[in-house]
Amino acid sequence: MQKSLLIDPDKCTSCLQCEMACSFEHEGAFNPAKSRIKIFEFEHGRRAIPYTCTQCAEAWCLHACPVEALVRNQATGAVEVKEDVCVGCKVCTIACPFGTINYNQSTGKVAKCDLCGGDPQCAAACPTGAITYVDSDWTGYERMKQWAVKTDNRPQA
Amino acid sequence: MGWQRKILVVDLTKGEAKAEPLNMDWAFQYLGERGLATKYLSEMMDPKADPMGPDNVLIFATGPLTGTMASTSGRYAVVTKGPLTGAIACSNSGGKFGAELKFAGYDLLIVKGKAKKPVYLHIIDDQVEILPADGIWGQTVWKTEELLKSKHQNPLLKVASIGEAGEKGVLYACVVNDLHRAAGRSGVGAVMGSKNLKAVAVHGSKGVRVKDPKRFMGAVKAAKEVLANSTGRKELTEYGTNAMIDVMQQFGGLPTNNFQKVQFDGTEKINAKAMMTPNAHGHRNLVTNKACFGCTIACGRIAHIDKEHFTVVNRKEYWLASGGLEYETAYAFGPVVGVADIDALTFAGYMMNEHGMDPISFGATLAAAMELYEMGAIKKDETDGIELRFGNAEALTVMAEKTGKGEGFGKILGLGSKRLCEKYGHPELFMGVKGQEFAGYDSRALQGMGLGYATSNRGACHLKHDVFAEDMEDQTGKGKAVPVKKSQDKVAMIDSTGLCLFVTAGWGLEDFQTQVDAACEGEWSVERLLETGERVWNAERIFNNNAGFTAKDDSLPERLLKVPAPSGTAKGKVSELGKMLPEYYEARGWSKDGRPTNETITRLGL
Repeated sequence: MQKSLLIDPDKCTSCLQCEMACSFEHEGAFNPAKSRIKIFEFEHGRRAIPYTCTQCAEAWCLHACPVEALVRNQATGAVEVKEDVCVGCKVCTIACPFGTINYNQSTGKVAKCDLCGGDPQCAAACPTGAITYVDSDWTGYERMKQWAVKTDNRPQA
Repeated sequence: MGWQRKILVVDLTKGEAKAEPLNMDWAFQYLGERGLATKYLSEMMDPKADPMGPDNVLIFATGPLTGTMASTSGRYAVVTKGPLTGAIACSNSGGKFGAELKFAGYDLLIVKGKAKKPVYLHIIDDQVEILPADGIWGQTVWKTEELLKSKHQNPLLKVASIGEAGEKGVLYACVVNDLHRAAGRSGVGAVMGSKNLKAVAVHGSKGVRVKDPKRFMGAVKAAKEVLANSTGRKELTEYGTNAMIDVMQQFGGLPTNNFQKVQFDGTEKINAKAMMTPNAHGHRNLVTNKACFGCTIACGRIAHIDKEHFTVVNRKEYWLASGGLEYETAYAFGPVVGVADIDALTFAGYMMNEHGMDPISFGATLAAAMELYEMGAIKKDETDGIELRFGNAEALTVMAEKTGKGEGFGKILGLGSKRLCEKYGHPELFMGVKGQEFAGYDSRALQGMGLGYATSNRGACHLKHDVFAEDMEDQTGKGKAVPVKKSQDKVAMIDSTGLCLFVTAGWGLEDFQTQVDAACEGEWSVERLLETGERVWNAERIFNNNAGFTAKDDSLPERLLKVPAPSGTAKGKVSELGKMLPEYYEARGWSKDGRPTNETITRLGL
């Protein structure tokens, strides 16, 4: 079963624990500037929205790469960067419609979310459940359930 | 590790900025943030120097845990000599700026001298520029952040700045970062303004590393769980700090009408529940809660003002959501000035953030002005036509804006309560200590709080000790000296780590110890941490002694010492400071005139 990151912005408090966890996993340091997940804040904090790669089934970045440095991890479904192959041409960063693959000046390679090999640290670190890791086929389950509850208007016994 | 081992020293007189190694001997003795900055300040300046002159030193200090995954790791402190008090000022803030400064590679940013013309600092890792503040000086805090991000085409910049209040020398101007978090008290923003420094804009990409990452992550995870499961944490998340207003109302420790009363008719209109309950036309004050950097509590409130309210009905620019009421702002715009209009309170809060002022000092100063007005000492022709009476919401909102902009009677209010009361011939109406106004707790109902206020090194402050439980349990001064002393040391330690005081909603000392010890070189036991806190407290005290403060400054206003509380659980009681203070000096190892003895100085390696 493949799993996906499920993001619920209503629960995000903009604490950036996810950005620190991501950078710690990939860079060995707490460094939000190198995080592959970003929190965007709007209007003095009225809303905060976590944003990262959705691991497209038809991945533009992967198709655009001229050296096959982007490969699909069949187990997790993540598109991963092979750093030893990446030449830093940045074409993938142009191809991605969502901006979630980015060049890293210090390595000369691109970086993107790789779901931490199936144990995404952003989800593990999120204190409010704004980022969870769920069955890819049922990312809508909880939302369906919330609406379903509203139809349950029979008087309670 | 934990520390970046580097500081940035900016001399505005010379127009120079250079990085220097962090003095690690001092780091091992003073840990970081509040403590380490106190050490640097004491070594770098004459405590007798004019706080508003070029010889004052302004330090932005992070702690060893700032910018790590430890919960609430976003704290930094601004340490300087405060113009409101003339004592050492240590104002702590959250938001995201402090962690960003650390990510740029610096434990401390030290600002000396005075720029010839207004400037701001632009820091991108090792690249540091002192740039002219043309077009930015004169702008609000909110506009400054927008202009700097736009000018540098860098949305990732984190900005700490002063508003017009700091530029114009409002003596309780603060440094505001990330739009609505502030190093709030003692006038640290006025010092920044006196140096012609408008803002610090920083982006960092160096990251923070710790001594033993595996052990640190284990300790962090365990501590986060403790915090997540604690009742105190849950209440802070759900209700914010303003849950306190009901507690103080019931207890009878809620300063009302400039401390003439200790309970307020109207708390139900401005309490945490009122923030969450829609009004007659369906407007709900609270929008959401918001965390500072790294914080798993998220006590911060984001609120908005009813569009039909008189403050904003014709001012669409204030229809946005922004920082909402916390307990201290609710107290300072509510009971102490007698106002029970939640939208007026929220608007006053916007004014504080936008123009860069300390809400506690502003509210308490306005309260004193209202008492002076009602007794006839201040006349209506002086107050720009505003009836400065307790309960007048318009007086609150208009004066908040005028003070922030330095206009009309606002200029007088910008002096703070002590100078205002002296100016009008009633110094006894100043409700504070060492020139700084009280927070929202009455010393007659909370005896240990009174001792904490009297002895706080930055003037009256509720955040430098923690004897709340003891005060609620026993309303006498008996046995309060030792817990006050111990909690002051503990808080000084917490303020030196880079973490927030509010984690004590769940954490005990061992929760700090496991994280600090895994992050920082050296063996950090609970005992060493507490001794560090005690060292920090005494170092601040010595700074103040050298600035001219003596035992006589550890006092409370006569109203609290002689006039009994008129109602509540402490009805008929006065503060027992006179009994507590000698016990406190003894517990501290200080002489009768309030100076650390030679034995104490030697014991703490000062």
